[in-house]
Amino acid sequence: MKILAIDSSSMVASVAITDDDITVAEYTINSKKTHSQTLLPMIEDMFTKSEIDKNEIDYIAVSGGPGSFTGLRIGCATAKGLGLAWNKPLVKVPTMDAIAFGLYGCDGIVCSMMDARREQVYAGIYKFENNKMKTLMEQKPIGVRELVLALNQYGEKVYFAGDGMNSYGDIIKEYITTDFVFPPAHMNRNRAAALAALAQEYIAEGKTVSAAEMKPEYLRVSQAERERNEKLNN
Amino acid sequence: MQNIKILAIESSCDETAAAVVVDGREVLSNVISSQIDIHTLYGGVVPEIASRKHIENINPVIEKALSDANLTLDDIDAIGVTYGPGLVGALLVGVAEAKAISFAKDIPLIGVHHIEGHICANYIDNKELEPPFICLVVSGGHTHLVVVKDYGEYEILGKTRDDAAGEAFDKVARAIGLGYPGGPKIDKVSVEGNPEAYTFPRAKITDSVYDFSFSGLKSAVLNQINGAQMKGEEINVADIAASFQKAVVDSLVTRAMTALEETGFKKFAIAGGVASNTAVRKAFTEECAKKNIEFYCPSKILCTDNAAMIGAAAYYEYEKGVRSDYHLNAIPNLKLGER
Repeated sequence: MKILAIDSSSMVASVAITDDDITVAEYTINSKKTHSQTLLPMIEDMFTKSEIDKNEIDYIAVSGGPGSFTGLRIGCATAKGLGLAWNKPLVKVPTMDAIAFGLYGCDGIVCSMMDARREQVYAGIYKFENNKMKTLMEQKPIGVRELVLALNQYGEKVYFAGDGMNSYGDIIKEYITTDFVFPPAHMNRNRAAALAALAQEYIAEGKTVSAAEMKPEYLRVSQAERERNEKLNN
Repeated sequence: MQNIKILAIESSCDETAAAVVVDGREVLSNVISSQIDIHTLYGGVVPEIASRKHIENINPVIEKALSDANLTLDDIDAIGVTYGPGLVGALLVGVAEAKAISFAKDIPLIGVHHIEGHICANYIDNKELEPPFICLVVSGGHTHLVVVKDYGEYEILGKTRDDAAGEAFDKVARAIGLGYPGGPKIDKVSVEGNPEAYTFPRAKITDSVYDFSFSGLKSAVLNQINGAQMKGEEINVADIAASFQKAVVDSLVTRAMTALEETGFKKFAIAGGVASNTAVRKAFTEECAKKNIEFYCPSKILCTDNAAMIGAAAYYEYEKGVRSDYHLNAIPNLKLGER
C-alpha cells in the first residue's frame, strides 16, 4: 500500500511516500519560501528521484488542521487535486496527532504544539501505550500557560514537539513542574513520513474521506465571523 | 480547427468556477458556484471566508464542469488557471488544485491573468471578433482601458487612479441602503430614477485623458446623502442611483470614445462585471452606432467572474506555446501583460 503524505500546515513543508512500513522518500523544507511555490515541485522531485510510478499511489494523506489557514489550504487543495485526478481516497490526519506520532514509543507524555500567536497555541497531549498512541487531550487552541498547567497535572515527563515549543520555550520553562524534553532536530517538527505512518492506522480503521469532501479543520472561525458573532450576541 | 480542449479553473474572488472550452471559443461547460449569499451578510467579500468556501466547492465544481462537457481528464489537452490578480488566499486554492491535477495526469498547465480572461470572454460570444480592438474592462476590482494588439498582447491606455468602477457601485449602494452587491441593485433601481436629478462630478485627470477616478464621485454622492439627512430631507434613492450611474457611464464613455478616435480602431469591446450593467451596455451601443464602430460585449453570465473566459484566454496562450511550471504562484497584484 503506497501513501503520498503532505503537510504544509506550518512553516515546514513536508512530503513523503511510504510503501507499507517503508519510507520510500521524504522531503522536508523548513524555510521562508512559500509553500505555494515549493510544495508541488517537491512532490514531483520525490517521484522522479524515487522512480515510484505516481499512478501506483493508493491513498493521499494530508495534514487536516489546525495550522496556518493558507498553509492548510495549499496542502489540502494539492491533495484534493491529486485525489480527483487519480480517483483515490484521502486520509485527513489531525496536524497535532501527526507531529506527536513522530515521537512514537517514547516514555512519559507527548505535547505537540503549534504557534497560534499572542501566546496561544494549537496543542494536543498524547501517550504511547501498548504500541498505540492514546490521545489524552484532543488538539485545540489553548493559551500556553493554561497548557503547561494542564501538563503539570499528569505528573509525567513531557516530550514537546512543534514550533510552539520554540516560540514559547521561556513560558514553558517558567511554569512546568515536571521533567521535560525538547527533542532533537529530527523529531521536533512536522514530518510527512510520520503523518503517512499514522494515516495507515486510519486506513486500517476505514477512516478515509473523498477528495471532494476533504476540507481543513481550522479550529478557529475567521476574524470577520468572530466579530459578527460578537455583534449578534451583544 | 484543432479541437484543443481546455479545463479552466477560476477562484480569484468569491466565485468558484470551472469550465471546459474548445479552441478558445466554444464552451462545453461553464460551472459557477457563487458565494454571494454568505458575503452579503458582511456587506462585501471576506477574503478568509472566500478561501474556505473555495476549498469546499472546488472539487464538485471541477467534476461538474467535466461531466457537463461529457469528458474526463483524459480528454483534456491543457489546464488553465487564474493566478492573479485577486485575493491571494482565494487564488491559491485554484492554483494549488490546478497544479496537482496537471501533475497527476501530465496535462500542460497555463497560468492565466484574470483581466485577460475578462477580455477573452468577448471571443466566446462574438465568434468573428479578432484583435486588434480596444477593450474597456470594468469590474469590482478593475477599470482598465486596453488596446488588444493581438491575442495575449496588451497595451494599457488608462486605468483607475483610485476606486474601481464596480467598487464605487458597491460603496454607493451601501450608502443608499441597497446593500451588497451594489452593481445589479443600482442597475435595477435606476430604471425608476431620473439620471438628471443630481449633478455629480465627472472627474478629469489632468495628466492623462484615459485614466479614471471614481472616489470623488463616490464622495459627492455620500455628501449629497449626508447633506439631505442633516436638513431632514428625504432622499430619492432611485434618483441618486440613476444620477450616480449616469456619472459613471459618462466617465467610461468619454474615455473610451476619445481612445477610439485617437487610435482609429473601429472595434470596441467591454468586459467585466460592470459590463453587464444595462445603462453601460445601452450607452456604448448608442455611442458606437453613432461613430460607426463595431461594438462587442459578452453575454451577462460571461461578464461576471467565470472560468470559460479563463479557458478562452488559456487557449491563445497554449497556441503560443506558453506553459507554466509547478512553481506557479498566486500573484495578487499581477499586472496585465506580465508573466
